[in-house]
Amino acid sequence: MSKSQTLVKGAFSPQKKKRSLPWSGTIFWLVIAIWMVPVVWLILMSVRPSVDILSNFEVIPSRFTFDGYRDFILKDMWYKAYLNSLTYSTLNTIFSVTLALPAAYAFSRFSFTGDKHLFFWLLTNRMAPAAVFLLPFYNMYNAVGLFDKTLGVAIAHMLFNVPLAVWILEGFISGIPRQVDETAAIDGYSLPKFFIKIFLPMIRSGIGVTAFFCFMFSWVELLIARTITSTDAKPISAAMTRTVSSAGTDWTLLSTAGVMTIIPGVLAIWFVRKYIAKGFALGRV
Amino acid sequence: MKTRNNKAWFLVLPVILVVSFTALIPLMTVANYALQDVFSPDNRLFVGMKWFYDITNDPLIIDAFQRSFQFSIQALLIQIPLGIAIARIMPKSGWKASAALVAVSIPLIIPFNVIGSTWLIFSRKDIGLGGFLLNKLFDFDFTSDPKDGWGLILAVDVWHWTPLVVLLVYAGLRSIPQAYYQAAAIDGASSFAVFRYVELPKLRRVLLIALLLRFMDSFMIYTEPFVITGGGPGDATTFASILLTNIAVGQFDVGRAGAYSLIFFLLIQIMSFIFYTVLTLQDREEETKTK
Repeated sequence: MSKSQTLVKGAFSPQKKKRSLPWSGTIFWLVIAIWMVPVVWLILMSVRPSVDILSNFEVIPSRFTFDGYRDFILKDMWYKAYLNSLTYSTLNTIFSVTLALPAAYAFSRFSFTGDKHLFFWLLTNRMAPAAVFLLPFYNMYNAVGLFDKTLGVAIAHMLFNVPLAVWILEGFISGIPRQVDETAAIDGYSLPKFFIKIFLPMIRSGIGVTAFFCFMFSWVELLIARTITSTDAKPISAAMTRTVSSAGTDWTLLSTAGVMTIIPGVLAIWFVRKYIAKGFALGRV
Repeated sequence: MKTRNNKAWFLVLPVILVVSFTALIPLMTVANYALQDVFSPDNRLFVGMKWFYDITNDPLIIDAFQRSFQFSIQALLIQIPLGIAIARIMPKSGWKASAALVAVSIPLIIPFNVIGSTWLIFSRKDIGLGGFLLNKLFDFDFTSDPKDGWGLILAVDVWHWTPLVVLLVYAGLRSIPQAYYQAAAIDGASSFAVFRYVELPKLRRVLLIALLLRFMDSFMIYTEPFVITGGGPGDATTFASILLTNIAVGQFDVGRAGAYSLIFFLLIQIMSFIFYTVLTLQDREEETKTK
């Protein structure tokens, strides 16, 4: 920010006030407060005994328990499932972004036979209903030895994350002027060298944002992950659906697991908050 | 102008291979199922278009698709305007912006079934805060009243996914150079005019992504209704994905499920195509102008 820019901004402050209403900040935090009510409810459930959850309505718990958290940490089924989810989400993010980068660059910079159709075809896979793929995935992943492997889930989730990654990255790449590529070519950079040394650092915010979305969509997905795993690679969300014992559902433990699933996502968004706040318009606007 | 170069295919090839493995081959398996009546792995009968005929004449399935369609339209009508409104009043800098971003994104990063089970308890009128409060206003019971069941799933979808619209629109808004606002201020533009003539055009591509993602994801919603209402009360929330999963995994009726899947997939393709074509129309007009 140069000094002159600050001056110009100051000169327009009266109009700026007119644009954003004085109580808009208050309304925003009010909306957030309402939005957070179910999350707070989830956190409260995680420290209440399961019997209480199902029998009494109370906003402030009368009895507290930390059994849920103790069980979650001590029972290896839980933290293993948690690690499984973390592993395949991370693998999926790395695969998706790595594969999508060259493709997004190609779509942004070159025109080639069938490019528009290809781009649209990719997009439609992001829109494909997971329910459609359950049966074939089950058979196929069994057949190729990827059943019940975290690697298998990471690959299966590329179904919707690769198209999304190409889509978002294409927008970011198109935001960078073509002259950059041309100048580098004149300076004698080969395409791979240019791409890694110059281009990747330029679109790092795009990569960050894409990685966030890939991680998020992989982390929260249940249907596919549950279908192609049984015990070894069981994701945390599936572990939760399979813990109905003879005594019924342990709501305390279930809510604890729920609270724990929020943490990686919060970390992920924390890493990319600056990139989002900086803004992206996705492409030629 | 883009450079014409067919070697660019090599850059796209890895993506094509992966998506073929994860999407195209399974889809062909589905097509294979759809033409057969499978009694056991070794005992199957080629039945041609029988399943397709069945599916397109089954009122249960047609109803489920209509419900999904209505649901997505309603979800869009609420989420897009609400998302834009929230994004416009979000703090723009400093720690407040960071806190706001994290808070807004929280619903997005909770696994679908956790959202389902939280809302399941939260909305019970006897033990949940949300259900308890609503019951003070009117007779709310999502387990017996189809309208309440529908409303609840819609509310969950709005709660879950409006944040995605907020994130995308917020990022889009932040990318608009300050100079545009200053120019608008000099012209004495009203708040609405700023939105209509400065912000909306700049948000077009971000909104295209938000619209497509939101419409399609709502159209194939599965986990939340499965956990919260189980498709009920009655079949009020039996959406297309729920019915398909019942047929495929519940009844293990592979042939029917295959035909259903193909029609489901085709429908999604057609809708994406219409959305995409309409929304990128302006892009292409501009392109031809510059040519």
